[in-house]
Order: sequence, then structure tokens, then C-alpha cells
Amino acid sequence: MGTHSMKFFKTTVLALSIMGLAACSSTGDEEAMASSAATNSSADTSAAQRAEAERLAREREAQARMEAAALATTVFYFDFDVSEFMASDRDVLAIHGRNLAANSSRRIRLEGHADERGTREYNLALGERRANSIRDYLVVNGASLSQIETVSYGEERPADTGQTEAAYRLNRRVEIR
Amino acid sequence: MIKTLRNLACIALLFAEGLMAAELNIEITQGVDNPIPIAVVPFSWEGANALSEDVAAIVAADLQQVGEFRALPRGNMLSMPDEAAEVFFRDWRILAQDYVLVGKITHSPGSQLVQVQYEFFDVAREQKLVGEVLTGSMSQLRDIGHEISNVVYEQVTGIRGAFSTEILYVSAQFISPELTYYRIEKSDYDGRRSQVLVESQEPLMSPTWSPDGTQVAYLSFETNLPRIYIQEIATGQRRQITDFPGINSSPVWSPDGTKLAMVLSKDGSPDVYVMDLMTNQLTRLTDHPRAETEPSWTADSRSVVFTSDRTGQPQIYQVGITGGFPERLTFDCFYCAKGRFLPDGKNLVHVRRDTREDNSYSIAIFNIETQRLITLTDTSLDESPSVAPNGSMIMFATKVNGKGVLDAVSIDGRVKFRLPSAQGDVREPSWSPFFN
Repeated sequence: MGTHSMKFFKTTVLALSIMGLAACSSTGDEEAMASSAATNSSADTSAAQRAEAERLAREREAQARMEAAALATTVFYFDFDVSEFMASDRDVLAIHGRNLAANSSRRIRLEGHADERGTREYNLALGERRANSIRDYLVVNGASLSQIETVSYGEERPADTGQTEAAYRLNRRVEIR
Repeated sequence: MIKTLRNLACIALLFAEGLMAAELNIEITQGVDNPIPIAVVPFSWEGANALSEDVAAIVAADLQQVGEFRALPRGNMLSMPDEAAEVFFRDWRILAQDYVLVGKITHSPGSQLVQVQYEFFDVAREQKLVGEVLTGSMSQLRDIGHEISNVVYEQVTGIRGAFSTEILYVSAQFISPELTYYRIEKSDYDGRRSQVLVESQEPLMSPTWSPDGTQVAYLSFETNLPRIYIQEIATGQRRQITDFPGINSSPVWSPDGTKLAMVLSKDGSPDVYVMDLMTNQLTRLTDHPRAETEPSWTADSRSVVFTSDRTGQPQIYQVGITGGFPERLTFDCFYCAKGRFLPDGKNLVHVRRDTREDNSYSIAIFNIETQRLITLTDTSLDESPSVAPNGSMIMFATKVNGKGVLDAVSIDGRVKFRLPSAQGDVREPSWSPFFN
């Protein structure tokens, strides 16, 4: 079950990044088309305006959907003995950061975790470093340090209690709460 | 001896049976090739009701657990003397026994106290080595048994016995993904008579003894943040002693009892600090942007051994408590952590993963003078080594079939025993100091 949700999570992130790219590249073209449409007849103009409004609405919808999906993504996984978050999580985390910037009263807690290999107290340090890696990126994206509490649980709260690589992968994580 | 028994009386009074404690059952997993044969004859008792404890069986179990002795099965005994006058050495020579222990338990009519008289003999020399009468209550028979084991062990090996010591450990009982009971428990060194000192639904970590054995320090997440607490064992009275931002972890008393080393990440990354327990004043021992953690004291209370990943991977270092540049102690391992010296101050017990490829964490001893390395264990998720106060054995935590268990190994690696928990995972053992 753990492995399954992991796969699902990965596809979500991939889909989000593609949508993100599409949203960015379309903006310029639409503006160019809208200005050329303005030089045509009034009937054409109103049709074009309608189309343009619809397009913008769709775009806003897509943007809102993406942001909702990103904000619903609250678990981020880490490689063995690595404390930097994965590059593929960057756009989702950026959305979290911008959301915090836009909602200054929002407070979050970043809970860092490690897998069970190695010593418990060193793993506490590793979990904190992972949480800090995400905290710093949220701050770069506009969040305020005062909005974020970080805590490390080390290896004390595994998501999966197994001794397999798959279990360890699920346990090396930071959760936004 | 009177003093000892006074201590025993205190212990017995203050600890009722712990209802929720995880019962540990000892298993000897490896012994020496030629254990010393010893006959521990059942102690006689003339009372009306059977005794709650078989004192001779406690002594035989103690001696066998540390692996150096083999107790003669009772069915093989030709006679069952209970005092010197009845001991015929020929009977024991025939059975190839090196030593014989006999004893009798009596009580004065109307008294709550029992007298345990024991005598210990060297068979080859046909000589009584030691004999004593110990007095205590019925509920202290187990303590008296351990006392006798200490005397016998020291007579034969020359090393002080640690059979009257105790251990602290953490147990975790998983109920559901949302509910785990974390407990800090205390038991005899052999896992018997376990009692819960503190229970929480948030993680508990790093239990450690004060050098006088009266207090325990530990880490609790009960406020949803890791904070250090000190608890009086006798009264259960506890106080939170840190509330710094970030990690507050790894408390460990200096051997002289005046200070508590700890790890705080309040200044950005985990570093080792020392708190003076009289003044609460903090001294920072390390100052590095990487992680410094897992402090342990040298016997003279003047320096601290710690783990740091300043070179990328965890290695063990030592620094004086007046500051200065840390000295690196380990080099040829992928992961060397949780270092602590044996009482000799030269042999460094630690958790070791040799190479990135081998993916196995073992307990090892590295002699910093001779550079000799002994790997003691062959399980793969070993951690949290704690040394017995007589320096003879190391208890540590490992996983067996997915379950957390406590293992003990002699410092030469020849003897091993295991304390598996009947319920839940057990981990982070901390061996007590001597109590007297």
C-alpha cells in the first residue's frame, strides 16, 4: 500500500510540473492574439473577447486546480543519507511558499523523519536537516520564518515499520502539517 | 553488607509490580567453549509455605547468563548439602565440578525477615572460600540471590559482579497507525521485575542514569517538541529542564554528577553543550554548521566524545570541556557513531558500518592506542551500546525478525545473551551504575 501511494504521488508531481510549464508558455501567445483580435470587426471582437474570457477562465481554473493539488501534497521524500529535498518537488514547494506569503496568518509545522538505519540521535539531526531544507525553500518563495515550526522525529515515527528498501524510502520524509 | 541490605529494602518498598511493563525473557545465545563447572545446590528452607523465589536457581541463572559458568543440573547431584559439615568434596570431584555453593534459608518464628546463609567452596583445594549470612524480607530474596552471585563471580574471576544492577530502556507498543504507547522502563539487568517509569503517546528517547542511580534523564516529545526531562526514580517527580528552539536531545550526566551534556540545535545546527546542574549555565562545546551529537563523558568528567558528520559521514571525535579543537578518533569506517569509552579509557565502544556497500551496523570496540578493532556482533541493525559498570559486557539494541530486542555481548565477543520483549519493541538500553 505504501509503495502504491508513493507511485501515485510521483505521477501527481509530474503532472503538476507539466501543467505548470503549459501555463507559463501560453500566457505570452494569448496576449499577442488578443491584441491582434482588437483590430478586427466588432462582431469578431466580441467573439474573440468571449473566447479570450473563456480561455482566461480555463486558465485560472487550471491554475487553481494545480495549486489545490500542490497544497494537498504534504509529504516529501528524500534519498538515503541526503538532507536536500528532491528537485522534482521544487514547484510544489514553491506553491506552498507563495501560499504562505499570501496568507500571513497561516502557520505550518514541518516534521522531519529518517529511516531506522544508523543511530537514533544522529537520525534526529538528519530529520531536522531535512525539515530545514524545505523550510529554507519556503522562505525563498516568500514565506516568513515566523510562520514555520520545524521538528525532527528522527526514526521514532516510521510511516512503514518494515525493514525493506521500500519501507525505508517512505520513512525518509518531511511532512507539512 | 548492612548498608547493601538497607538499599535493597528501599528498592523493594518503592517498586510495586509494574502492570504494563514489557516482560523481558532472557535467552543465552552464545557461551564460552569451556565454561567453569559449578554446582549450585538448592538452598534448604524449613518454613511452612513454599518460598516465592528459588535463590539457588537465581544464582545459577546469573552465572550462566554471563557465559563463563555452567551450572550442574540438580538431577545430577549425588547429595544436596546445605552447610559446610555436609559437603563431601569427593561427591563433587566425581562430577567434575570446580566449585560448590550451598545455603540455607531460615526465619525466626513471628518475624517478617529471613536469614540466608551461604557457603562457597573450591573443590580442588577442598577449601571454603567465603560464607555469609544475609538478612532481608521475603520480597528481597531475588536481590539476595543477585548479591550471592556477585560474591561468587568476584571470587572466581576477580572482577566485581554486576548482577545487582538494573537497566533502563524504551519500549514501543504499536496499537494502530495513530496510536503507539512509548514507555521508559526499568528492570533488573536480566530483564526481570520491569516497571514503567513514564508512558506517553509521543516518542520517548535516550533514557540515562544519574551516576548515583537515583535519577533518570530522557527526551520526551510530550509537548510535540523534543525536550529533556529529569525524573526522580523513587518518587516519580519530574521536571522539564530544557526548552530551547529546535532539537534538545542526548542528555548524559558527567561521572561526577555535576553536569549534563546535551545536544541543542538552537543556534542553527545540532551542537554539544554542557549544562551545569547547579547554576543551569550552558557551555557550548562544539560550534560547527554540520551535526554534532551523541555526547558521552570520559571517566574523568573532563572531556566529551561525540559524533560529527563534518567530513560528510558520521565519525567520532573528542573535545575537552574547556573547549579547544576536537580530536578525531575514528577514520577507517563509512559510519562510526555513538562512541563511549570502556572504564579503561582506551577502548572505544561504538556503532560501526564499515563501508557504504556493506549496509550493516554493528557494535565494535576500537582501541585508540593500539588501533586494534574488534567487531562484536553479527546482527545488522545494532545501535545504542551501553557498558555494564564492571566493564565486562555491553548491552545494545537490535532488530530480530522485525522486532526490537535488547542483546548483550561480552567485551571479548565470546558471550551473548538476548532479552526479547514479550510485547512490542524494546530499545535504547542504559546500564545502571553500581548502586553501592
